Amino acid sequence: MRKSWWKYLTVSKLLYVIVAGLLFDAPRLNILNETIRALHFHVPMWFGMVLLLLLSIIYAIKYLISGNLKHDAMSVEFANVGIVFGLLGIFTGMIWATYTWNSPWSNDPKQNSAAIGLLIYFAYIILRGSIEDKMTKARVSSVYNVIAFFALIALLFILPRLTDSLHPGNGGNPGFNAYDLDNELRKVFYTAVLGWTMFGFWVATLRIRLKFIELKRNEYI
Amino acid sequence: MNISNLLRSLLFALLITVASNLSAQEKVEITEADYGNTKVEMADTMRSNGKIYVVVAVIITIFAGMVFYTFTIDRKIKNLEEKEND
Repeated sequence: MRKSWWKYLTVSKLLYVIVAGLLFDAPRLNILNETIRALHFHVPMWFGMVLLLLLSIIYAIKYLISGNLKHDAMSVEFANVGIVFGLLGIFTGMIWATYTWNSPWSNDPKQNSAAIGLLIYFAYIILRGSIEDKMTKARVSSVYNVIAFFALIALLFILPRLTDSLHPGNGGNPGFNAYDLDNELRKVFYTAVLGWTMFGFWVATLRIRLKFIELKRNEYI
Repeated sequence: MNISNLLRSLLFALLITVASNLSAQEKVEITEADYGNTKVEMADTMRSNGKIYVVVAVIITIFAGMVFYTFTIDRKIKNLEEKEND
């Protein structure tokens, strides 16, 4: 019980996000209307994904240094949950875009690069699945993980900014740039980012603990 | 190679990337006027007749169920771990 205080904290954060996100006053903006509330659910998926994938690359590097399969298990499970967050981010974004940008996929630079980034991580899963030997699998996929993460950062945070985009903070688009910073929204939004990321972290730890048990049974650790 | 140094510089590089992105954004500020701008249509009827609380109740019920289930899985794994350690 004592060790799981952060799980209760996660749940209470998310309860606050659901209630506040749906009920609190939101700015009345053209085109966005009530959909501005999706901010508290769609965007945290991407923040959560990047943070979980950051943990994944950290443990990939740790594995490359230590050769301890425990680190590899952690790396792959953080990546798995990160990918799920990314998929949820893409799908929620498509729903939101249908009603604000008039099309689920408008080839917006950030949409495209997010999709490419996810494909790079799909290749990570396929790569792991295609190697039989546990040690080789861990080593090769850890190296790939490092490359994948930096490619993702370039795709999500650098390339979309070099051109016009419908997303806020990319190129000039006042209608959508607006919702980026506002104290009222920020309170709920930052809680949402923390809450959703911690929830993803929790799920990842569950899978990691199962992996540890499996490794122990097969006497890898 | 010192691992904590490596990780620290990695994290630092990421923070720099994120920070430089934030400063590069062009923002249009949201003002008080936006909160009172009744020309923009919102779900005001749904709010005034209280039906929005129904939506919140439904989502919270589903969320509570999922959290409960996750805690169950957590406990199961804990039991497995204890068995493994015996």
